[in-house]
This record gives sequence, C-alpha cells and structure tokens, in this order.
Amino acid sequence: MSNPSTSDTRPSPEGVGGGLDRGNTTMGALVRSLRTGAPILPFLVYVVLGLGIPTVVIFNFAFRSGTGQLTWSNMRLITTGQYLTGFETSIKLGLVTAIIPGVLGTMLAYAIATSRREAPKRIVAATSGVLANFGGVNLAFMFVASFGFVGVATKWLARIGLNPWDHGFNLYKFSGVAFVYMYFQIPLMVLVITPALNGLRPAWREAAENLGASSWRYWRHVGLPVLMPSVLGSMFLLFGSGFSAYATTEALTGGTIALTPIQIGAILQGNVLSGEQNIGFALGVGMILILMASVLAYSFLSRRTSRWLR
Amino acid sequence: MASLTVEDFTTSEPSVDPYSSGRARRRRIHWGRGVVLVLGFAYFVVPLYAALDFALQNIQGGFSFSPLTQIAGQPGFGSAIWLSTELAVVTMALTMALMVPTTIYVHLRMPRFRRFMEVITVLPIVIPPIVLVIGVLQASPLWLKSTPYLLALVYVVLAMPFAYRSLDAGLGALDLKTLVEASRSLGASWIATIWRVLVPNLRTALVSASVLTLALVFGEFTVASLDNWTTLPVWIANSSTNNPHVATAVAMIALLATALVLTVIVSLDRSQSRRSRRS
Amino acid sequence: MLVETESETAKLKPAVGQPEGAPVVLEGLTRQFGSTRALDGFDLRIAPGEFVALLGPSGCGKTTALRALAGFERPDRGRVLVDGVDVSAIPAQRRDMGMVFQSYSLFPNMSARDNVAFGLQLRKQRASARRKRAEELLELVGLSEHVGKYPHQLSGGQQQRVALARALAIEPRVLLLDEPLSALDAKVRADLRDQIRDLQRRLAITTVFVTHDQEEALSMADRVCVMSKGRSEQIATPSELYSQPTTAFVAEFVGVSSRVNVTRSGDSVIVFGTPVKVRGGLASLGTGDLDALLRPEDVDVRVAHDGMGIVVHRSFLGGTTRLEVGIGGETVRADVMSSVADTFELGTRVDLSVNARDVLVTEQRPLI
Repeated sequence: MSNPSTSDTRPSPEGVGGGLDRGNTTMGALVRSLRTGAPILPFLVYVVLGLGIPTVVIFNFAFRSGTGQLTWSNMRLITTGQYLTGFETSIKLGLVTAIIPGVLGTMLAYAIATSRREAPKRIVAATSGVLANFGGVNLAFMFVASFGFVGVATKWLARIGLNPWDHGFNLYKFSGVAFVYMYFQIPLMVLVITPALNGLRPAWREAAENLGASSWRYWRHVGLPVLMPSVLGSMFLLFGSGFSAYATTEALTGGTIALTPIQIGAILQGNVLSGEQNIGFALGVGMILILMASVLAYSFLSRRTSRWLR
Repeated sequence: MASLTVEDFTTSEPSVDPYSSGRARRRRIHWGRGVVLVLGFAYFVVPLYAALDFALQNIQGGFSFSPLTQIAGQPGFGSAIWLSTELAVVTMALTMALMVPTTIYVHLRMPRFRRFMEVITVLPIVIPPIVLVIGVLQASPLWLKSTPYLLALVYVVLAMPFAYRSLDAGLGALDLKTLVEASRSLGASWIATIWRVLVPNLRTALVSASVLTLALVFGEFTVASLDNWTTLPVWIANSSTNNPHVATAVAMIALLATALVLTVIVSLDRSQSRRSRRS
Repeated sequence: MLVETESETAKLKPAVGQPEGAPVVLEGLTRQFGSTRALDGFDLRIAPGEFVALLGPSGCGKTTALRALAGFERPDRGRVLVDGVDVSAIPAQRRDMGMVFQSYSLFPNMSARDNVAFGLQLRKQRASARRKRAEELLELVGLSEHVGKYPHQLSGGQQQRVALARALAIEPRVLLLDEPLSALDAKVRADLRDQIRDLQRRLAITTVFVTHDQEEALSMADRVCVMSKGRSEQIATPSELYSQPTTAFVAEFVGVSSRVNVTRSGDSVIVFGTPVKVRGGLASLGTGDLDALLRPEDVDVRVAHDGMGIVVHRSFLGGTTRLEVGIGGETVRADVMSSVADTFELGTRVDLSVNARDVLVTEQRPLI
C-alpha cells in the first residue's frame, strides 16, 4: 500500500566549489541546486524563449492600445459583439465535443475493456492512438470529400433518401465542425479513460455481489462514483482540445465560422479594423485563461482519481 | 472472469432459474455491444472509404488513378514536400538534442524536478498553437521571420510534450541508476555511457518520440499558414480549388502514411515493454 | 486490539430463530479451465460453526473451491449444499455468505463505516440503524477511531479488519476468507490471526479459510483440508495432520520430513537397522522400493564412534537444535535439545533410531 518513494539522490559536487556550496547555509543550498540544475539549462532557456517570451508578449500587448498605452479597452472589447459570440460558440463547441465524445468514448472503451478476447483490445488501443492524432487539414479534406455538399457519402445517402444536408446538416457550420471533431475526440477519450476502467478492481465487483448487490446497484454505488472523477477530468481535457482547435476548422470552413481561434487567425491575416490592432492578443489572453481553468479542473480531478484507483 | 455475471444497466431481477436469465441478459448485452461497435466502426470507416473514393476520381467523376499520377506535376507540390521534410529533420534533431540529455539527467539526478517537467509539458495545452503563434510572430526579430526555420523552432516547443512523455516512459522502464552506476564503475565516460548503454535501451522511446515529432511537423497547419510558409498541409489547403481530387488524394496519402507509421510505433512499443517485463 | 465485552458480543449474536452457523457440504466439485483441472472431484463436509482451513500450494484448487462455494465459479460437476439446501444454482448475490478477499476489496469511494454498512444498505435498513451497526462492528474489530476514514487512509491490516466487519455485517451463515493475511506484514498477520479466530469462536459462524501458509492453517483451524491438484489429500485436525500424515504429500507439505530408503521385513520396515511398524499397513504399497517419511522430533540421535551417520549441519532453533545427519547417502533431520547440542559437533559420528509408534511409508520417488 505504501507508495514506492523515488530515491532522493543527493548530488555530489564533483568539482571545486570554492567552499560556497558547503555547509547548511541558504547560499550553499542555492549554489548546490544551481550546480545540479546546470545541465538542464539549455532546456530551460529554450522553454523561456520559445514559450515564456511569446506568452509575456501576448499579455503585454493585450493591455496596450495602438499607441502603446496601458488600457483595459482590448479586454473589454472582446467581451462584446462578434468576439463575445466567438467565445460563446467556441465554448459551446468545446462542451459539445467534450460531453458527447466523452460519453460515447467511455461506452466504447467499456465495451472493449470488458470483452474477453485480447485481439479487439489491442486493435482498438492501436487504432485509438492513431486516430487521436488525426486532425488538421487532412481530416478536413477527408470529411469534405465524403460528407461535403457534393461528397461521396452524401451522394450515397441521398440515393436512399437520407441526405443529411436536407435535414439541417451543414458540414461548414457548427454541426458539421462538431461532427468532424468527434473523429479525434472519441479516440482521445478511449485512450484516456481506458486506464481508469482497467483500474476498477474485480474484487470490488465481487465484494459487492457477495454482499447482495445486483449489477445495477454495483454501478450506482461503487462503479460510477469511482469512475466519475476520471470521466469528468478527461472531459475537461477534451474540452481544451475542442475549444482551441484551429487547423481543422480553418481548412473546413475557410474561416467563415465565428470561433475565437478562427477570429485570431483572421486578425493575423490582416483583417483588422483600425484601432483594434491588439485585439488578437486580448483574444489570446481570453483563451489562455479559459484553458487554464480547464487544465486546473482536470488536474484536480485526476489527483482524486489516482488516490482511489491506485 | 468467466464466472462474473454480466454487467447490465437495467434493473431486471433474475427469474426462477437465475442462470438462464443470466444467459438471456448476456445475450442482450452481446447484442447491444455489437450495435455499439458496428456504429462506431461505421462512423470511423465510412468517411475514410468515401474520401478514398473521391480521391480516385477524374474530373468527370468516374474511377481513375489519374489524380495520383498528377500529384507530382502540381505546381508547388515539390517545394512544399521539400520544405516539410527539411523542417521535420531540423525539428527532430533539435528536439532530440534538447530533450534526451535533459530527460536522462532529470531522471538520474533531479527526481523532484519531474513534477515541474510534467507541468511544462502541459503548458502547450494551456497555450495552444493558435495562441502561441501570435506571441511568436510579435516577438521574433525580422531576420528570423524571413526564414522558415522559425517554424522549426516553434515546432520544437510543440513537440516537447510528446518527446518528454515517450522518453520518460522509456526511462521509467529501465533501472536507470543501476545501469549508469554499472557502466561508470566499469570505467565508461558519460558520453560513452549515454551512447553505448542508454541509447540502445531507449531505442523504442527514441523512435517513438522522433516519429511523433515527424507526424506533428508533417501535419502542422496553424503556425505554418499564419507565418506564410507553404509546407505540405498549407499546400494541400491552398490547392483544393485547382483540383480537389488531387488535393484529397494527397491528404489521404498523408493520413494513411501517418496511420501506418503510428501503428508501427504502437506495436514496437508493445513488444519492447513485453521484453523488458520478462527480463 | 479486540474489545471484549459481553454486551458487544451479545449485540452481534444473530436474532433468535436464525441459524448461527450452517453446515456446508461440497460434493464432487469439478472445474476445468481449458486444459487444467482446478478441481477434480473435491469433497468436503463442514459442521456448523466449524473453522476449516483449505491449505495447499498455489494451483491446488483451494481458491477455486472457495469461489465455487461463494458462487463466483460455477463447477462443471458437483454440488454445493448449505444447511441441506442445494445452492449451486443460486447466484453469489443471494447466497448469504460473507467473503473477505485477499486485498484492496474495500470500496474506495466510501468511508470505513459506509463500507461496512453497504450490505445493510442493500437490505434497505434505515440509515441511522445501519450506521449504528457499522460502528458497533468496527468497534469490535478495534477500529472505532477510524470509522470515518477512507480505504486509502488505512493500513493493510486495518483495511482487512474493515473487510471482516463488512462481511460480518450481513450476518452470513458462512464466512469465507480468501488468503486475507497474505498481503500483510508478519507482525500484523500474527495479530489479525488471533483476532479473526477469537471473533469466529464467539460468533460460531461456519468459516472456510484459504491459505498457503501452514502455520496459519495449523494455528487457526479446527480442521485442515490439505489440497493438491484439485483434490483433498487429507482432512484432519492440525495435530493429526502433523503427527499422522496419511500421504507423502501431506507429510512433506506440513512440517518438515526426511526421506529415508527402507526395506521390508514382514509387515514392518527396517529403519536405521531396526524394524518399525508401518502406518496403514504395507498392503496398499506396491512391490517397488520404499521410503519412510520421518519427522525431526521422531528421530533420536546418539553419539557413537562406529556410528552409521555423520553430523553435517546444525541449526539453532531456540529450544531445539536441528541436526542434519548424512547417513547411507541420504540426509536426515533430527532435533535435539539445545542444551546438549554441543555434543554434536560437525563431523561427529552418530547413530540414529526412530522414536515413534509407526512410520509413514511411501513408494520411492522415481529419479527425475
């Protein structure tokens, strides 16, 4: 039951340190940790340059007007009009492509996890790994070719009178985009939830049965409560993925749908109104804040999970 | 496992002969599970098949291999592929050079730092490519922006989480401390230890990390298009108006190539972990 | 530490009219998994309130037998009878047995109290009643300060005590324990052993306890059923099992035995030059070579200058010292009082003799 503790290797100062690193002073500790950390400096520098500086720049310019003065106007602007619509639609898209694939993915993962033969499990595991990495332009083209207005699958369905376009489906609008997102969101969910499903010990099931519980009562009192943090946490992960996707949607809709990433793209491509130059940065800040909340929720829930599903 | 009664989301109570109703319940579940799997299969396969159908059509709509033969001749295709390949190579080299020593060192000497590393690899989720690119474009000096290698530098950041996770998993399966101590006690230098002892044992993780990076670069559209460089995905997106069949054909080839390569990694991964578990 | 008060035990006694412990019969159980026979015609009768241990090496079928009793395995052939009723067709949920699993069987999303109360919750007891009962049971197993804790906050030993309380909460007719102590530290194991046994005696529940540890089985059980290859080798009280093993397997699995080649002499065998009676007679043994199985305490050692054996090893075991004597190409273990162990230095020539009424004799094992 005890967690194996990672051995805490004390760094042995191999060189001469001029005595600065000896002793129990804070200075000594600082020098020691600097010396220990030295080899990973290139990595840290790269992270600072590649990730840190762009982020600082984004936050900086988000709060500056076109003339360089500090201002809230950009941030205020993004909560109005088309930008507000963009955020709302993006959040809605994130939620829809988190909840539906979340439920479907869990059901699929469960169907696989409880199957008795090894082969389906391995196939699905491999396929999920592959499909979860699909996306972007190629995926968009695949769907345009199959379910576009003159797509091949559309024609097949039209022949049997079930043309989805006649029933309100539009690949280039919200419903279509969500439909396409499921292609990688569902496998992502399967990948993420399968370890949790495997963490359900058979002993719990048997103990419940032994005490007189039916299948339903087991799930209600033990199975689902134990799984829920995992499922919710994974859905937050999916939300992040669906909320911030750009390539797939841009390739699919050509930038004609009101989503925050698309709006950012439009601004970068030069479609800016004068006086709103730094709106793009403000939109970026908005996205970062929303995503941070999502990741924190995921992290909190997964800590819960790991406590229970040791 | 065979003895467990079947999972069920209904509340049916067993009748007089519980085992026979159990069997009936089981049959219902197999049926339900079958439907789920068939629908799932359909959703994932139908678009694939339909798109392949579309890709292999000529202008009139009949079946034809001509889109495939026309690929090479399309304007800009050659340079787009070349650019993507260049970027992929540079990105892979940089990522490996950065992540391999760092991950090994953190595993070996700074175990508490691993949590921090995990946070870093989560950052690209909080700062997705579409957001990162505005910061990068603003912060980069002009001389950097005028070369495509800026993309490679950004791609390294995007690839870090995948590379770290692969290497971390690979290192976790080894008894790193023991291997290093054994090697050092036999007189090997650090370089020799890394090159002759660790790298061979990390082969799968290295391949996995490299291939994921490769797939990432060849599929990356956001940063490339907004920085105005015509990599393969950008080319595909732009050429859809000229000849949609050809563009789709290229997209499908790219998809299938990615799928093939990723499947190979997954099976490599599995056989490697089986081997290290047995030893 | 167990709290021992009359009132607590009285609260646990089943209501008037309910059976305390039920008699259990396992009849001809057979279960095959692919090409392996986990159970091969296994029979066992258990009296009400009896504590029976199923003892054997891994793969002998003891866990399968327990699970067949619980209802988690459906035997291919044979029946399970509880209180005279054939329960073979009744699913595990309704067999009214309490089971304690090897480890980590507590529901992680419930506190200790809720875990114990779960069975009562399923039986629609009111919340206040089942809370009270759960706390009573937890007090009985010595965990009253931990009722609100979650499984991940409890040690292995504490978790198993909660599991025990949970199994007892439903007032089962039979208590089943599947190697509940195997995953615990030695000290915790010893303490829990006593607690389980004490509790069982007071509640008089028919109990079946599976283990591969003979010390556990011998110290806890009223009777032990030694199993091998899906069948029972011998079912007897611990002392009978130890002093009168009826098969070579039991003699060698339970306690320590030494194998010595012997020759026939009428209805006895010659061991160390003297005839000794054969337990169970020679009739059932074939005409091949025979071995006798000797316990260390049944072998007397005497210093002799022309002795047949040489002391090759000595192990200090506390009150006794175990000598290993090389004799006639074989090694025999013999115990002597530690106070005289000094006379048996390594290399001393000794004579051995058997100090028992009869010996267990078996056919010689073929060489590899």
